[in-house]
Amino acid sequence: MINIVPPVLIYFAGALLILLLRKRILIQAIALLVPVIAFVNLLNMPHAVYWTCQFLDYELILGRVDKLSMVFAYVFVIMSFIGMVYAIHIKEYGQHVAALFYVGSTLGVVFAGDLFTLFVFWEIMAIASVFLVWYRKTKASLDAGFRYVLVHLFGGCMLLAGIIIHVVTTGSIAFELFDFGTVAAKFILFGFILNAAVPPLHAWLSDAYPAATITGAVFMTAFTTKSAVYVLLRSFPGVELLVWLGAIMALYGVVYAVLENDIRRLLAYHIISQVGYMVCGVGLGSEMAINGASAHAFCHILYKSVLFMGMGAVIHVTGREKMTDLQGRDLYKKMPITLVLYMVGAFSISAVPLFNGFVSKTMIGAAAGLLQRPSIELMLHLASIGTFLHTGLKLPWGVWFGLKKGDEDEIEDVKEPPFNMLLAMGIAAFLCIFTGVYPKVLYDILPYPVHYHPYAASHVVGMIQLLLLTLAAFWIYIDKLGGEATVSLDTDWFYRMFGRGCLWFCNRLLNGIRSGVQGSLSSEVISVGKISKNPYVFLEMVINSIQGKKVLYQNIINRPYNENSYRIQIGIGACAAIIFLFFLGIFYIKAG
Amino acid sequence: MVKKLKGILYISIAVVCILGFVFPNKHPHFWWQKIPVFDVVYGFIGCIVIVLVSKWLGHAWLMKKEDYYD
Repeated sequence: MINIVPPVLIYFAGALLILLLRKRILIQAIALLVPVIAFVNLLNMPHAVYWTCQFLDYELILGRVDKLSMVFAYVFVIMSFIGMVYAIHIKEYGQHVAALFYVGSTLGVVFAGDLFTLFVFWEIMAIASVFLVWYRKTKASLDAGFRYVLVHLFGGCMLLAGIIIHVVTTGSIAFELFDFGTVAAKFILFGFILNAAVPPLHAWLSDAYPAATITGAVFMTAFTTKSAVYVLLRSFPGVELLVWLGAIMALYGVVYAVLENDIRRLLAYHIISQVGYMVCGVGLGSEMAINGASAHAFCHILYKSVLFMGMGAVIHVTGREKMTDLQGRDLYKKMPITLVLYMVGAFSISAVPLFNGFVSKTMIGAAAGLLQRPSIELMLHLASIGTFLHTGLKLPWGVWFGLKKGDEDEIEDVKEPPFNMLLAMGIAAFLCIFTGVYPKVLYDILPYPVHYHPYAASHVVGMIQLLLLTLAAFWIYIDKLGGEATVSLDTDWFYRMFGRGCLWFCNRLLNGIRSGVQGSLSSEVISVGKISKNPYVFLEMVINSIQGKKVLYQNIINRPYNENSYRIQIGIGACAAIIFLFFLGIFYIKAG
Repeated sequence: MVKKLKGILYISIAVVCILGFVFPNKHPHFWWQKIPVFDVVYGFIGCIVIVLVSKWLGHAWLMKKEDYYD
């Protein structure tokens, strides 16, 4: 029997060790070993509650291990390995440290059995991940990182508020099902759906992910939103609001993806769309829907990583991230392996049969069908079309092929990315196909027994019909779907403009008043300063004005102070003293 | 080349339409799932709707110049 430890400790220890080490090869070894050790650790973790400790009057639980937490833990650990392979060539080891803290804290969230532990890891997750944005070291990423972390800290505050109200009203810190009717639950849900990027609280995702480092973005796509899906599954299954939010979210991402020119932001909008399926599954709340949401989170992490790694490879090689700068340059001739691996991810997200999206996404649609939710089923079906249209057709077409306009510049030195990047994409792509062809391996670890057969002939035919006709419609609009050099307004507009408004209020308004007052009163302030150095001149000015003498007061106050001009003969003083003593004497004698 | 690909696409669409009749949905939840070529129609119209509505929304309102926030 191997002694098991909390997975979070393995990751945190790995991160600290990397900070201490200096040798490149050792750092790389640690970065790759941590996920491997964590995986072995997971395999030896039977379902139970571990690692409890007393804190004040409450019991903290660092290890609630059951089927639901294990599905997410498995895929998080696998993903951290893939992400590390992809990132192993980078020399900024701080990125490894941030990534390990990020993954570790996500696993902390997954295994947290109480709200305090959950909250602490929730916040570490936000802080650790922002460094993956800042390491890009451009002004845009610095700004996006600040917006990202501020939004997440705001969400964290809402979560904390909810937790405090919950603990005060119920006296319990257990992280279990919440009664949605309570005020506490609404605050907690707000914190959760902010991390799940549910519109209108989603703009941090499409803002920050494309600004992150090439390797950092791969980590970010996997953990924050999917850990939010996990906590929603744990605490809010069957909440009707989530059904609609999820379905709207699935379509919202699709609409924005049509407009997007930045290749990674397009994919980021599709994360929002895909997480919409999961949120909808949480809201539907049946066993099949919960299985579907968990399975889709698992598959999504794998294929989304392939997609982000593929686009990351393009940016790594070309230094360009706009579709308008890439289309028509025949990149497919120079990076065919990357294209093929990307397409595996694209077919997976589009739910092409034999790829993993097909075995998970359709489960949520079927759950909506079983629960007789026609509008939800149709909305999710429509979002599937959009997914294939953008991720499977528009993006690869625009990046690797694209219509030639004749004014394209040559991109120099384009070749396949480094081997480790291709290897990471290869591993993830293999897992996408493996779980697609052999879904039992995934279905066996889902929270509930699975009674769903994705490969029924009518399912397969229906999906191929849908995708083929999407291709036909894409063909018709092919010249309309190229990139356009624009940015799209999203809900981040509100806080960007609010921030700008605050800056205007402080800088223009308050500072304007200050400088206006200073400007108009500065000469008076200087005069007062000068008078206070030499108060006699004030007396002189008063006397002058009483006598009606017209003397410019500037002349008086600017006159250098000369002590001799105010001295009087000593005899006058002595005379005054004698007079004073004389009267005092008289007063003394009289009184006596 | 393009003509060839178009030909393949047309033939594939015809084949999946026929397959839709060969393998009807045995457990339909809604009436439209009983229609063998429903996904053909929905896929085509859905895709066109997504493109046109999104582009209209974008050009009318959402899309701004790249230096909008600078």
